[in-house]
Amino acid sequence: MPANRFNGFNDYGIGIGLRVPHYGHILSEKPTVDWFEIISENFMADGGRPLEVLDRILEQYRVVQHGVSLYFGSADRFDRAHLRRLKNLVKRTGTPWLTDHLCWGSVDGTYTHDLLPMPYTFAAAKRTAEKIRYAQDFLGVPICVENVSSYTEYHVSEMTEWEFLSEVVELADCGILLDVNNIYVSSKNHGFNPVDYIDNIPHHRVAQMHIAGHTKFEKYILDTHDHPVLDPVWKLYTRATRLCGVTATLLEWDDRIPSFEEVHDEALKANRYIAEARQAGEVAIGAQRRGRRG
Amino acid sequence: MSGRGTLPVPRRAPLALRSTEDLRALQRFMAAALRRRLAPGERMQARWTDGRAMTRVAGEFMKPNDRLTSFERLEIYNRQYWFRLLESFREDAPGLFALLGERRFWRLAEAYLEDCPPHSYTLRDLCAGLASYLRTHPSLTSPLTREAVAVARFEWAQIVAFDGPSRPPVPDERLARSAPGRLRLGIQPYVTLLELDHAVDDYVIAVKQRDGALRSGASNAVARRRKSAAAAAAPELRRERVRLAVHRVDNQVYFKRLDAVEFRLLRALRAGRTLARACEIAFRGSREGVEARAARVQSAFAQWRRLGWICAPGGKGPKGQEKVER
Repeated sequence: MPANRFNGFNDYGIGIGLRVPHYGHILSEKPTVDWFEIISENFMADGGRPLEVLDRILEQYRVVQHGVSLYFGSADRFDRAHLRRLKNLVKRTGTPWLTDHLCWGSVDGTYTHDLLPMPYTFAAAKRTAEKIRYAQDFLGVPICVENVSSYTEYHVSEMTEWEFLSEVVELADCGILLDVNNIYVSSKNHGFNPVDYIDNIPHHRVAQMHIAGHTKFEKYILDTHDHPVLDPVWKLYTRATRLCGVTATLLEWDDRIPSFEEVHDEALKANRYIAEARQAGEVAIGAQRRGRRG
Repeated sequence: MSGRGTLPVPRRAPLALRSTEDLRALQRFMAAALRRRLAPGERMQARWTDGRAMTRVAGEFMKPNDRLTSFERLEIYNRQYWFRLLESFREDAPGLFALLGERRFWRLAEAYLEDCPPHSYTLRDLCAGLASYLRTHPSLTSPLTREAVAVARFEWAQIVAFDGPSRPPVPDERLARSAPGRLRLGIQPYVTLLELDHAVDDYVIAVKQRDGALRSGASNAVARRRKSAAAAAAPELRRERVRLAVHRVDNQVYFKRLDAVEFRLLRALRAGRTLARACEIAFRGSREGVEARAARVQSAFAQWRRLGWICAPGGKGPKGQEKVER
């Protein structure tokens, strides 16, 4: 697994998201899992059951924090109380890196609770990168930004989504959480070739990958995280692995959640595609092979 | 937190984006579009706030593609915003849903969420301002406003009890050493004290038993508003004066009925009165003798300490606490 400075030089394997329906099984059976991803906001509580569960998980497992509310792309400044609360959680979990989305979702102190697409402009990239740098300094852990799935595009955009992602991460000097399912979903919704996306990002910055299922509607695809991973997404994952190296990978399954075993088995399928990537050709080994840019 | 008044609705989105201010203007415009209530059939409204056709307004800042118009693409987000918030509201207010019935509940939910868009990064706080809102908008729940307020307060207290903060307990020696006239004690911040005119505890238990209500994690995408469980006869909300402490033990949420003396004592302690003063307030008008009073206080304290309610003073209790006399 490529350990690089964007994931704290950690070689994590195949993980799954920690979800409420699995708490009982995990705490009682203590299954072998490489690592769990937690939704930071679910544990930014002041006390009670969430923190009790988290502490018990931390006794047994490696945990990486994934957030849904930093909204790096929102024009507003960060709420420092929110950042302080997040930092307390970072100290508690010891997360080696922290991820959140390349999106916006709040304005004037109100929250949409959605991961809204960015306008792909240089001004937006500059503002977003400033905020990522600020958060990275404040929180004291490497940050990786995740590409979101989207259903619309703005007239004001000046570049492609992958150009925007590249611009932001270079300006912010941060890592990428590459969600290959989101690339697939957006490629179908916007009519671009997902291979162009994967081929044209700074691969040495990819520190984690997400895989997930989605739902096809008549005129668009929705990122629902309620199905197994579909074949075209696995193909993209294989290609991304060839280009980026074998990377810490996490299966997201957030709705209509089946048993723990079913979710974990689905995640472990990634090993099959990692092997395919190795067979298909040279697999990059990340930062070591490519030098330490930026 | 919710409930900071209506936000201004911009007239149009910027045509170019060269600065952070332009970015903010675009985000204000889109957020305003998402927050607008859905039209019948769960569609986006056909007209913008100034009367212009929404097809034109959406087309000014959103690109169409070969399958969807700009209107339809923006509509996906408009629907997701409402479906997500309504679903969360419904999960946090099962008692209110049972009390008001489906039609009136959704009307209330839409009005509340429109007037009080979320001001917190977490949906956990969505109903924080609901009881206050119900008091100031009685037409939405009439003639059940008092009942609705009581249920909303009780349901919010359960959320506070689930993950609210706690403080260290008071050491035994401090309790033993301190004179009651100087001793001030706190009540854990996650404990909510409620004095209500309806037996909402029995009611909400009955509703949960009926619905098998469970909290679940939220998905990023919400494809459609989820159907409610088939309507069944709502349990009866009896008129009865009840005093409750909503709390947690071993991180499970419970509620405990209190008698009038216990309630006044806890409320006075939380308000920062000394133990001696709190006892005076609690037993005002009581015919109990001194020894009986002392025994009662000792017994109550022993139980509250076992439950972990008594802590060092400091800070305030959760919102919506009863006022205490001086």
